[in-house]
Amino acid sequence: MKAKTWKAVTTEAKLLLIGIPVFLWTIIPVYHLFLFAISSKDSATSGRLWPKEPTLQNFATVFHQRHFYLDHFWLQLWNSLLIAVAVGALTLFVATSAAFAISRLKVRGGRTVMNLALFTYFIPAAFLAVPMYKTMGNYGLLNNQWALILAMVTIASPYCIWVLKQASDKLPYELDEAARMDGASPLQLFRLVYLPLMVPSLVAVGTYSLLLAWNEYLYAFLLLSNDRSVTLAVALGNFLAADDSPWELLMATGLIYALPPAAIYYAFKRYMVGGLTAGAVKS
Amino acid sequence: MTTTLASPNVAATAPLPAAARTRDRWQFWGRMLVLPYVLVFLVFVLYPVGYGLWLARHPSSYVRLFDDPIFFRSVVNTLIFLIVAINLKMVVALVLSGFFVQQRWWIKILSLIFILPWALPSIPTILSVRFMLNPEWGVINSLIFQLTGNDGPNWLNHPPLALAFSMLMHVWKSLPFWTLILIAGRLAIPSEQYEAASVDGATSWQKFRFITWPSMRSLYITSLILSMIWTLGDFNSVYLLTGGGPADLTHVLATLGIRYLRLDQVDLAMASIVVALPLVLPLVYFMMKRLSK
Repeated sequence: MKAKTWKAVTTEAKLLLIGIPVFLWTIIPVYHLFLFAISSKDSATSGRLWPKEPTLQNFATVFHQRHFYLDHFWLQLWNSLLIAVAVGALTLFVATSAAFAISRLKVRGGRTVMNLALFTYFIPAAFLAVPMYKTMGNYGLLNNQWALILAMVTIASPYCIWVLKQASDKLPYELDEAARMDGASPLQLFRLVYLPLMVPSLVAVGTYSLLLAWNEYLYAFLLLSNDRSVTLAVALGNFLAADDSPWELLMATGLIYALPPAAIYYAFKRYMVGGLTAGAVKS
Repeated sequence: MTTTLASPNVAATAPLPAAARTRDRWQFWGRMLVLPYVLVFLVFVLYPVGYGLWLARHPSSYVRLFDDPIFFRSVVNTLIFLIVAINLKMVVALVLSGFFVQQRWWIKILSLIFILPWALPSIPTILSVRFMLNPEWGVINSLIFQLTGNDGPNWLNHPPLALAFSMLMHVWKSLPFWTLILIAGRLAIPSEQYEAASVDGATSWQKFRFITWPSMRSLYITSLILSMIWTLGDFNSVYLLTGGGPADLTHVLATLGIRYLRLDQVDLAMASIVVALPLVLPLVYFMMKRLSK
């Protein structure tokens, strides 16, 4: 009996020995971000674990756009939202119809399209950025928000098609047969049978593409440069231009920018973890 | 089937051609529905890639590229990044996946906190770390000063240290994702195998060696390759933390291409990517074979 409790104690201790460093490693950068956001300019760098007088002043400054780095805060937040929603909606449209055509309608050449999509998925995004930038210049889309939207749809849709195809391959084929017997057209099958059954996967890929677009920095700062058209991500990067940046304002803005995607992520975690981790690596 | 469509009088009488006509209609809608993606692919993948390769067609671009000491340094940095950061990340993820499958209430809570780096956008957190490392006002050097009375090092101004911090940043950001993947792999192993091994008196190491690893090896290798491809494209961890500095010594291929682009040397930017293709394409080929099975 005694040996057993002793063994349980050492097991707990070993687990804690892993758990505590994991906790600190994960939380320190996030806590540092939070700490700065609620500290005044002078007390921010004191090295304290909790500011003497925590303040929401930084957020007030951000919301009232009272710093030249933040002149267009609300507009840039709106841009981020608009672009993320547009990318989410367009990607859902492109990916769902393609996955339906390939998996259910068995369109000729569907396998080739799937392989092309997979190939695109595996091009490192930073490598595609250079030719994408030149191409958008050729199309006359530079500094136009459509450039970023279309680029992000291009990057997001291959993975979404793949996940959706995996999911729709699992639907029983008899469903289509039955619908066909009843004289349903392909579009009716798509709307009335396919879409309702695919809701969990659609939530997963919709959230994925939305967050991908909201979080994107590289393409946003390459394709957009006007202060009034950039997303909040680019605006945050612009703080780095000067040595004496108002870091406490940067952290407050960063926290505001980070909260919506984190909230969405945790709200849809069930779908995200199920749909995406299973899809990302098929062993 | 197209000939059937061309002669509707035949289709009207015989039942089989009617079925064929239905199938034709399904093919038609199939093509219509796959068209949006095909257009996206042609306009925003095929044309850019072709155009990019055309821009990098002159051998002189490659001569200038190889003459640039920054290019050579970036290739070395990229290889260090790939070999050190990815193996470190995957081994830690493998260990942590074993930790997170333990049934404890506090481990459940910790697992929610643990995925924060992946759930949060990378810019604010990377900039937060960047400021922690600031030599004058950063919290790390403030602590060093308070504890020892000496000034701490200028972390990001020392190339090997700066590169090491970029790698740690990358690991910090992507560790939760890979841990989740490997947790899924571990949970797929039937628990009876472990129970039987316990009855036979197997040690934890033997359980790992003879049960866990054989069933996870394939998943682990796929993850390793996919992680390599994604790490090659990781622009943020380097650019936002060090900006490629000091003196352009911490660039990797992902940031080098963008650097050339900003210097208006598009041919060099493309050439640096073309040079990386022999490294990328085998990995892509491997992944495509794995996934299209």
